[in-house]
Amino acid sequence: MLQVLDALLKSTLEAAPALVFAALGAVISERAGVVNVGIEGMMRAGAFAAAVAALVMPTPAGVVVGMLAGATLALLHAWLCIRWRADQVVSGMAINLVMLALGTFVLEARFSPNGTPSIAQLDRYLTGVPFIGGFTALTVLALAAPFALHGVIQRTRFGLRLRAAGEKPQAVAAMGVSVSRLRYLAVVCSGLLAGLGGATLSVAVLDRFEHHMPSGLGFMAVAAMVFGRWTPLGAAGAALFFSFGSALRIGLTSSAPGVLEVVPQGFLMALPYLLTLALLAAQKKGAGQAPAALGTPYDPELR
Amino acid sequence: MSLDLAPGERLGLIGENGAGKSSLMNVLYGLYHQDSGELAFDGAVARIRSPQDAIARGVGMVHQHFTLVPNLTVAENVVLGDEPTRGGLLDLEAAVRVVDETCKRLEFTLDPRERVDRLTVGSQQKVEIVKALRRGAKTIILDEPTAVLTPQETEDLFRITRQLSEGGATVVLITHKLKDVLAFATRIAVLRRGKKVAEVTPAETSPDQLAALMVGENVTNDVPAAALAATGDAFLTLEHVSAPGLNDISLDVRKGEILGIAGVDGNGQRELAEVVTGLRPFTHGVLKLGATHWKKLTPAQARASGVAHIPEDRLRRAIVGDMTVEENVALGRQHVAPFARGPFIDFAGRRERTTKLLETNDVRPLDPLARAGSLSGGNQQKLVVGRELDAKPKLLVVVQPTRGLDIAAVNAVRAKLRAEAAAGCAVLLVSLDLEELLALADRVVVMFEGRLNGTFARAACDELELGRRMLGAEA
Repeated sequence: MLQVLDALLKSTLEAAPALVFAALGAVISERAGVVNVGIEGMMRAGAFAAAVAALVMPTPAGVVVGMLAGATLALLHAWLCIRWRADQVVSGMAINLVMLALGTFVLEARFSPNGTPSIAQLDRYLTGVPFIGGFTALTVLALAAPFALHGVIQRTRFGLRLRAAGEKPQAVAAMGVSVSRLRYLAVVCSGLLAGLGGATLSVAVLDRFEHHMPSGLGFMAVAAMVFGRWTPLGAAGAALFFSFGSALRIGLTSSAPGVLEVVPQGFLMALPYLLTLALLAAQKKGAGQAPAALGTPYDPELR
Repeated sequence: MSLDLAPGERLGLIGENGAGKSSLMNVLYGLYHQDSGELAFDGAVARIRSPQDAIARGVGMVHQHFTLVPNLTVAENVVLGDEPTRGGLLDLEAAVRVVDETCKRLEFTLDPRERVDRLTVGSQQKVEIVKALRRGAKTIILDEPTAVLTPQETEDLFRITRQLSEGGATVVLITHKLKDVLAFATRIAVLRRGKKVAEVTPAETSPDQLAALMVGENVTNDVPAAALAATGDAFLTLEHVSAPGLNDISLDVRKGEILGIAGVDGNGQRELAEVVTGLRPFTHGVLKLGATHWKKLTPAQARASGVAHIPEDRLRRAIVGDMTVEENVALGRQHVAPFARGPFIDFAGRRERTTKLLETNDVRPLDPLARAGSLSGGNQQKLVVGRELDAKPKLLVVVQPTRGLDIAAVNAVRAKLRAEAAAGCAVLLVSLDLEELLALADRVVVMFEGRLNGTFARAACDELELGRRMLGAEA
């Protein structure tokens, strides 16, 4: 029993950081009023860039490269949505599709179709300790980041303006603050976090980029943001819960292989996703949870 | 256009829609830019390119549509854009103190920690004023501030602005309400078609003279009140009707009667109109149209029973802006003569009926093929009124029928409503404008938080009492 618990907890903590970072990224962009469903593509860029960079430099530096890759895509998204007032969902999906294809193309052209060569994983601490041992620096960061972002959003000048820009950009503009600049900043931060989430997959969870990464985690991150009502703590909580769902799946198949004779493996694989769907469907719709100006390009002429 | 403002003065800026009042003030606030000419402060020419420049010159503006963030607190809204910080973090205590001090000075109350969307419209306006003052505003522009206020709130606003101007501030009130400008201003400037046509003091003018100056010809400001119509049996009856936003409503509207619904915006008036026209399902109670009882009502059933609807939001609910005038006239009756013959459109019949309708309702331009969205607001409204009355309704549900219209259009619409009631139609009139209700309605019902809070015959209407009821006071 204790062994099962140990395995469950460990694999939750293993899976959670990537999802937490990505979900926080989604929160910061959407609180400023810009929809970001391109998280999946930004994670893929981060995972790929980090794994490739780590071939030639220390792994922590590779992580930074991964973040920058995510931020670059985010800058593109911000430019399309803010400068050209593109449809934010379409822009995000375009980023996902382009990254899916580009990632596969570069992988096959430069490496092997399945993945990049192995790199040195990030260091793990307290590997012998039960329940929590074997975590990386990113795990610690993922547990601290939600509180930090909560503080930024609720207690700083930037956070107040961010919230206002997502609710009523006209109010921000009327007080002489640039809505565009705020939103650019928020979307780029969102890309940094999504890139970090992607990098976590290729340098901490595995030791290389695999062709299917991040296999829908970006969408789960967006779901976690919605389920967490666009708050950092809520989104991180939801991300932890979803990670527990996948840990349950891994735990079930490895600790009780007999289950597979009763339940088809495909169903178990789909379990975390089904859990996400069920929770989103069951969540009570309350008034005023999404930022009011979400998805609407700011038009200074309109008041 | 030339205009000067002195410290301590209260200027009333009046004119019809499109006369240039708001444009002028938006230039002063840096939202628009002048093509030619100069702005000077204390004798020094200044260029105002953005609201920041205006704020730096001590200009503050309270927009008609507030620029407040609904889910932030009063204090957060007041400091937004220039937030006090301590050690890198927001200093909300300092923000709270700012609000408290201003409130104390101007003798009103606001809870700095309350979320703005929980405040009444009148209080939200005070937040805007505090916000402007915090930025050091010495000239405060109020754009149509009384449009959504109760008489008490208007009185309070004028008291505050008087206090501000006595303290040396300049206050500009943009409005088209003659009564307000006479009660408020020390000087009145009248604008017409982008030009200043007169400057007067309240003592030397009268509402009739101002109205004439605004329009450029002699018009009476109001359609004379008809004698109380001899009313018949009830056509519309609600018995204990509840719906989301409505709580146990019982009322009736008799044939030949105009029943006015008064209330502060958002107290269930819109929901009531939607229930009666079948747009919003009701959960409890019975709705009677003529002799038929309905427990559920669809818009088609409502129309078939003789209900016509002149909604508040023309372009969302009454007109398809991208379609032609004649196509819009056919909407709702597109399947019957003279608009259709069998399954086909009767182009000739539609054209003939539309032309007649445009003529009788004085819709300009007289062009059945004009794009409906290109008509001016007043002509769009005359088109909608004409179409709805053309269907010979037994019950007319009218919401805010004259909002944003100029005096001539207002009078035309009001006269139509009167004539329709005199011809035996039951009229349910929702308006935020008390003056309008008192000018038109035979009886006035006050709504507060989705329920009825008092019924008054027109003769017994007292504006202050109505205002008290609109704010929730009991009998």
